[in-house]
Amino acid sequence: MKKNNLFKAISIIPVIIYSITLILLPLLYIFFLSFQKNDSYGGIIYELTLTNYFTIIDLTYLKVFLKSALIGIITTVLCILISYPFALILKNKSSKVQNLCTKLVMVPFLTNSLIRTYGWIVLLRKNGVINATLQALHITNAPLNLMYNNIGIIIGMTYTLLPFMILPLCSAVFKIDKSLIEAAKDLGASRMQIFKNIIVPESISGVFNGSLMVFIPAIGYFFIADILGGGKEMIIGNLIKNQFLTARNWPLGSAISIFLILITFILVKIYQKLGGKMDDLGGM
Amino acid sequence: MEPIVKLENVSKCFEKDKYVVKDINLEVKEGEFLTLLGSSGCGKTTILRMISGLEHVSVGKVYIDGVDVTELDPTKREVNTIFQNFALFPHMTVYDNIAFGLKMKHVSKDEIDKRVKKIIKLVELEGLENRLPSEISGGQQQRVAIARGIIMNPKVLLLDESLCSLDLKLKRQMQIELKKIQKRLGITFIYVTHDQDEALTMSDRIVILNHGIIEQDDTPQNIYRYPKTVFVADFIGESNIWPGIISNINKEIIGVKISDNIEFAVSKKDLDKVGDKINILIRPENIKVSSNTLKNSIEGTVKDIIYDGAISKLFIEVIDNKIFKVNTHGIVNFKENDKVFIQIEDDDIIPIRGKKHEEK
Repeated sequence: MKKNNLFKAISIIPVIIYSITLILLPLLYIFFLSFQKNDSYGGIIYELTLTNYFTIIDLTYLKVFLKSALIGIITTVLCILISYPFALILKNKSSKVQNLCTKLVMVPFLTNSLIRTYGWIVLLRKNGVINATLQALHITNAPLNLMYNNIGIIIGMTYTLLPFMILPLCSAVFKIDKSLIEAAKDLGASRMQIFKNIIVPESISGVFNGSLMVFIPAIGYFFIADILGGGKEMIIGNLIKNQFLTARNWPLGSAISIFLILITFILVKIYQKLGGKMDDLGGM
Repeated sequence: MEPIVKLENVSKCFEKDKYVVKDINLEVKEGEFLTLLGSSGCGKTTILRMISGLEHVSVGKVYIDGVDVTELDPTKREVNTIFQNFALFPHMTVYDNIAFGLKMKHVSKDEIDKRVKKIIKLVELEGLENRLPSEISGGQQQRVAIARGIIMNPKVLLLDESLCSLDLKLKRQMQIELKKIQKRLGITFIYVTHDQDEALTMSDRIVILNHGIIEQDDTPQNIYRYPKTVFVADFIGESNIWPGIISNINKEIIGVKISDNIEFAVSKKDLDKVGDKINILIRPENIKVSSNTLKNSIEGTVKDIIYDGAISKLFIEVIDNKIFKVNTHGIVNFKENDKVFIQIEDDDIIPIRGKKHEEK
């Protein structure tokens, strides 16, 4: 018994050290920084102040927050719209096919997401694959602006975050008893009625899970906004990055970070209030 | 009268040349309580699903009320199914579950309310309207499932092993209730089960299936008393079945030998001839046991006694090592190894000539 406990203690130590040094301490440092002042050379003046928090309640910043939220919402909705047909088509397939397809969804994600985002440039730029194809087919005359704007960001976000919607939604949809759908059919429900009255209410927990896991990263993924938004379009993610690396205003960057953490925290709380389980989010 | 449901040479195969249901012809009369009875994998549920439209028919035609519905979508067929697990919508209240079909048809709210209330009263679910399916008992869930089906005024109600998941006592109660509801509504019920008690209790007519073909299609009484095949005789109730050979023919009576020294006399049919194989069925409750000799009795020894509440089961060995199963009422005074005599009335010796004989 004792030996076992000792083993447990030893095996857990690396995790504790990792969590403290790489997660807890930096977070506390950020929290601490958010109440300090900065000087004009990027240094930090250690003096307690709330200035940074007053600064973010400014119209310019609020606009960025709102836009981030909007991009997050659009990304989430797009992910839902793409994931549902995927899940519904797979529902009627054998579990072998289901497993294979859900695994295939994950395969691209073994590649670094930064590289994959650069890959999108090849597709989206003015003389890229998509524009070339559209023009060759005479669907469009002039190239469309598919990147260095909000469209580019949304395409990139949706692509990157799609698996986080597909996986929880699939698991919810696959769980729906086939006899429920047959019963609805038997009672005269059309395909749309079955979707609206049976599929959606029975898989809504999957939609909640997915939405949370898509929306939160979507307001923070700065590299997608940087690469596909051309750095012109600000979301919370690259706003923070810019404060740290470009404007060298660490205290303000920290304050925005704390603000982002707060939003995340509130969303998770709402999710729990609605009956969501933390386990479904991967034990977050 | 036009049958309400008619299956014409219906076959179903899920894989090529592997028939689950083969060449079924069946007519169901209006208002009838018909049971499809068979062990699992005999194709009974598949037949039901082909009537409801949830399964496609491979070969043949399905008619409902004289209309060919073979290619018709289940949503458009005037039949409703009660599923084995009831398939109640878990996120909807009892009321919403029952109202579902009418809502899908865009019936007006007042009309829905009126009809739902009427049905709820009929199946005695008053007071449970706002409960979720998970908050009511198994018997109540079943009544919700029935209510959800019959509110649509179907021409036929299909029930797929709908009592299976209930415990024995509730099952008995629901059997009676189901039969009562069926009589009150006058709707045709097609019931699928593997439980012979259920079939005998509730049905007007039983169709016994085996490996996708119909073994016998008759009233419960005739199925029990005059099974046409050994499979049916064995499947329904307890039985003594012996293969025998016609040893002699004497005007209206034939003698069937089941062993060197045991011969039974049964009435003759046209095609019988000496040397034909015939099976003999004797139900265990139709054998009389006595410690004295009776007319035409056979002598034997009690090998085993099993007490089973209302009846006692005796296993009696007679000449040529044949063992007869005998059921008697109540407690018997016999002990193992007692000498006894068994007597069987002529009417209770049932010859089973088999399918081939009938088709000749």
